[in-house]
Amino acid sequence: MTDLLAIDDLTIRHAGRPLVAGVSFAIAPGERVGLIGESGSGKSLTALAAIGLLPEGMTASGSIRLAGRQLVGAADRDIVGLRGSVVATIFQEPLTALDPLMRIGNQIAEVVRRRARRDGQPVDVQAEVLALMARVALPEPRRLARAYPHEMSGGQRQRAAIAMALACKPRLLIADEPTTALDVTTQAEVLRLLEALVREDGMGLLFIGHDLPVVGAAVDRVLVLRGGELVEAGPVAEVFGRPRHPYTIGLVEAARTFDRAIGAAL
Amino acid sequence: MSLIDLSAVSFAYGRGRNVLDGIDLKIEAGRNLGIVGESGSGKTTILRLLLGLARPTAGRMTFRGEGLDPGNRAVMRGFRRAVQAVFQDPYSSLDPRQKVFDIVAEPLRSLKIDMDIDDAVAGALASVDLPPDAARRYPHEFSGGQRQRIAIARAIVSRPELVLADEVVSALDLTTRIRIVDLLKTLSERTTLVLVSHDIGFVALLCHDLVILEKGRIVEQGAARDILSAPQHPYTRRLLDSTPRLMDFA
Repeated sequence: MTDLLAIDDLTIRHAGRPLVAGVSFAIAPGERVGLIGESGSGKSLTALAAIGLLPEGMTASGSIRLAGRQLVGAADRDIVGLRGSVVATIFQEPLTALDPLMRIGNQIAEVVRRRARRDGQPVDVQAEVLALMARVALPEPRRLARAYPHEMSGGQRQRAAIAMALACKPRLLIADEPTTALDVTTQAEVLRLLEALVREDGMGLLFIGHDLPVVGAAVDRVLVLRGGELVEAGPVAEVFGRPRHPYTIGLVEAARTFDRAIGAAL
Repeated sequence: MSLIDLSAVSFAYGRGRNVLDGIDLKIEAGRNLGIVGESGSGKTTILRLLLGLARPTAGRMTFRGEGLDPGNRAVMRGFRRAVQAVFQDPYSSLDPRQKVFDIVAEPLRSLKIDMDIDDAVAGALASVDLPPDAARRYPHEFSGGQRQRIAIARAIVSRPELVLADEVVSALDLTTRIRIVDLLKTLSERTTLVLVSHDIGFVALLCHDLVILEKGRIVEQGAARDILSAPQHPYTRRLLDSTPRLMDFA
């Protein structure tokens, strides 16, 4: 089976300085991978490169294949069609992804219509919007569809952003710190939701985060990025249980300190 | 006698509903207190009350047994000198146009505290493990963790009895977070900490007592050890169950 995303020897430079260096990994259909790193590790840049959206002034070398198409060196018009059809992204702050002047139902509807045009299939837009809202467990979809983003809680906004991503029917979902801005109890709900949706639809998932147990809750395999380089990779239980790289050992030890504080025996 | 005592305190903005409702809590010298709550719990409002930035709309607040009344200037002066704060975002809480020396020295000047400013600033910077030459630099020259150290130096320079810390590690990386926890632990040998946070794991590392807030009410309070090992209220249990733990995966 071909990989959905295959990154090989990716280097990202800004003004000649490498910010990401020699990163390689692949995500097969249905596979859930976590990219763990602290600030400045290059984790978000790697995700942006994977959707061909590197900020101005940054250049990528190496190879990024998204659904078999080479992104490195490709013109934006050649890859714009991949966004939405192959890959969809959700970000840390759902407010930046939502239009403040548009009712939430209309924002989801816009994505549904675009996908219908793409696939050339007629669709009952209204029914699908309500179904998507129900699927991400937004309460009272009919009423909430008429709400503006500022009238919703942070958790509801992130659920709406997830509904918009699902509306694309992507094969790969990229989630960049999707629960960092949420309350602890809301975070737990959104993580359960994401995990279930990805599994039900057989999507690939690239989950980016800094908090080890949060990333662990969403994926099967993790990659640890430090200063732009991959220092460790493996199944969640192996990397968290028997970390080998000194940096990963430090992260695991720090996470365990918080575990112990709340009484891991509970 | 408690350092600060809140008795049946409620607070509402304007004519709105109470965002704090019937709050009873005591801050005892030498016992670090953690106030845990999520968005909308009222934890920021409690912090504003403790900083003297807001006054209860009902109930009573005392400082060393005396009512906190803006008319009683001696009590208010003592209160202002006794309480300092550190905030969540070290990028916005430090004046970018001031050198670190002036930022750290600010409480000594504004509270007219009779201390040798050079000595006090040097001592505060040393306490937070920043080099002496940090005083001559500007905030933008420091990382997030270092900036939080500068903010902590400013909070302790006047040797307050109480330091309020509002989500002080939320914006920091995990490894930096652990170092700030260690620093706060050392500092709490000299000053009492009140930590306001949504992160029960962080609070549990440093606090003797916990207050769990939900929608403006205290749902549970007591010794941290008791609450963590046997949470009584359903919300406390939900909060603990929702907190991600590494042990679930390894």
